Amino acid sequence: MNFATSLMLIGAELGLCLVALVLLLLSAWLPRAAARVLTIAAASALAGASIYTLALLLNGTAGPDANAFGALLRLDAFSAVAKLLIYLSTFACLVVTPSFFERRGQYRGEYPVLLLFNAVGMSLLVSATDLMTLYIGLELSSLSSYILASFARSDMRSAEAGLKYFILGGLASGILLYGMSLVYGFAGSTNFDAIRTALAGELGTGALFGIVLVFAGLAFKISAVPFHMWTPDVYDGAPTPVTTFFAGAPKIAAVAILTRLSFSAFGEQFAAWQQIVAFVALASIVVGALGAIGQENLKRVLAYSSINNVGFLLIGLATGTAAGVSAMLIYLAIYAVMTLGSFVALLMLHDADGVPMETFGSIAGLAQRKPALAWALLVLMFSLAGIPPLFGFYAKLVVFQAAVDAGLIALATVGIAASVIGAFYYIKFVKVMFFDARPSSDARAEVARNPAGHWSVLAASTVLLSPLGFLLTPAMERWAAAAASALFLTA
Amino acid sequence: MIQLFAFYMFATIVILAAVMVILARNPVHSVLWLILAFFNAAGLMVLVGAEFVAVLLVIVYVGAVAVLFLFVVMMLDIDVASMRAGFVRNAPLGFAVALVLLAEMVLGFGAYRAGGLALGTPAAPSQALPGLSNIQNVGALLYTRYVFLFEMAGLILLVAMIGAIVLTHRDRRGSAARQDIARQIGRKPVDATVMTRPKVGEGVEL
Repeated sequence: MNFATSLMLIGAELGLCLVALVLLLLSAWLPRAAARVLTIAAASALAGASIYTLALLLNGTAGPDANAFGALLRLDAFSAVAKLLIYLSTFACLVVTPSFFERRGQYRGEYPVLLLFNAVGMSLLVSATDLMTLYIGLELSSLSSYILASFARSDMRSAEAGLKYFILGGLASGILLYGMSLVYGFAGSTNFDAIRTALAGELGTGALFGIVLVFAGLAFKISAVPFHMWTPDVYDGAPTPVTTFFAGAPKIAAVAILTRLSFSAFGEQFAAWQQIVAFVALASIVVGALGAIGQENLKRVLAYSSINNVGFLLIGLATGTAAGVSAMLIYLAIYAVMTLGSFVALLMLHDADGVPMETFGSIAGLAQRKPALAWALLVLMFSLAGIPPLFGFYAKLVVFQAAVDAGLIALATVGIAASVIGAFYYIKFVKVMFFDARPSSDARAEVARNPAGHWSVLAASTVLLSPLGFLLTPAMERWAAAAASALFLTA
Repeated sequence: MIQLFAFYMFATIVILAAVMVILARNPVHSVLWLILAFFNAAGLMVLVGAEFVAVLLVIVYVGAVAVLFLFVVMMLDIDVASMRAGFVRNAPLGFAVALVLLAEMVLGFGAYRAGGLALGTPAAPSQALPGLSNIQNVGALLYTRYVFLFEMAGLILLVAMIGAIVLTHRDRRGSAARQDIARQIGRKPVDATVMTRPKVGEGVEL
């Protein structure tokens, strides 16, 4: 192992760490009003890291050449694509954050610092090829997430969300660690490739138990169904910019590492984990679709929608083919844009006092009051529902295509049926905004003006999801295929 | 032979103590059972020849348990007086646990002298450097092969520290609890003392 090569490969993470440390010192000494400047610095650091990662991706290092620090990390095309998604969605979250907290006088320089450390943790996570790197990346990202969830500490709901997330997250980490220790015990190594070799052939009960526990721990982090109970509460209670972040980057990172772990460490045991993933996928799709129907709170609806989407993502994983993984990555990218856009739209729904309007009742007749916002939400919701001319349709199409090609027809059928059920609440948004009369009782409930940063993120995501997005499909398909094949290089 | 005996004893007591941690109704008792569990886990570590991990387990967790004790006493509504009343009644149990611990230490030490349990052949990269102690081996790995993870673990601790400060620190400027050293040093006798010359038999008016 060449130390200089390793440092070159993790340049993006190193840069982010250094910027985060400097910003931390600055935030300790500068007045609180400087937090906005620190946010801009952090956002530009993320932009720089994205460019560095893109250069690395185009450079095309693959296989053992991409290993850093003696196979603790592998910075291949897969991790580069996942990291680009993570950095870009974190960047967008930083853009929309400050004004929300500043209205309440809660914004502090630590917020961008924690977000940067979170990004470092997530990029370690997606490039991990060792159980230890996986765990350390996961903890770095989760610990900062817990703090972010209760960042508005004077708000009871925010504190409750943080505590709930912390306790359940700690439990999930414990389950994951237990599974990892069993896998280590039976494989004799923490390295993914070594585990793959050691576990080849007939799988013992102990090792199977370990694999199941590892999957359970990670399923918590992606809020897949038997472990999804925390999601609506945390998404609802956490400040909306933080929820925007939670629904995007950490989910991308956890899905990516689940994929890498499945194919590189447990690649020989496809039959063992396929059932688990298929069950979790189905359960997530169904629960996500049905659970949202009775909800009145928009943040809770979107939380169930994200559970539902995780199910679709896992269909791609359950196929166990390179085509399935590449379909999953395309879905992941489009999902990130959809969820970002819809949470930013929620963020923009507040009255002049900054009180959020987060129930169906409060957005009634939005089309007359704020036509631009209503139309953007219409595009986002139809895209989430997967209605054809929009880009969200393409995401669902590639995933179901991969499932049918891999012979998982039953899974695809149930998925399509559940996505029709799920369309109900997406269309409810549109119905309430466009066809319901605005409540005349409170004249005060007027949507206030929003800064340009919000509008630009919303406009960018709307344009990406409009039929114009289909222009991107060749590039997306090429990169997703490159990333998926990087994963199968070890096979 | 003695290792096997010691192994089964440590393992059984670890499991029993862990069960009791959950079953005990009194949180203070739970904490005590936890200590017993940690000590026995440390004994298991000694048996496999990882004495550094064993010592770490005891030192770190005794610290953690002390903090836990504080939390139990401070946060939970426990009537300390009524618990103290049970001291005499509980004393035999306490002595029994202490005796078990003592016997275990003697046995564990004997087992350690007899050599570690053969668990299997370690994989090539984790082969210990010959002739070096446990700590030196751990150090040699920690600062070379795993230096990156070591640094990242440091970042995790930093994040935890930032979190503790972000979530609890309040700006106390202007309140009495805040110490302003410059103001204290800059204070002159003139500002704080008054010379008066009261007449005999009259009080002082301040």
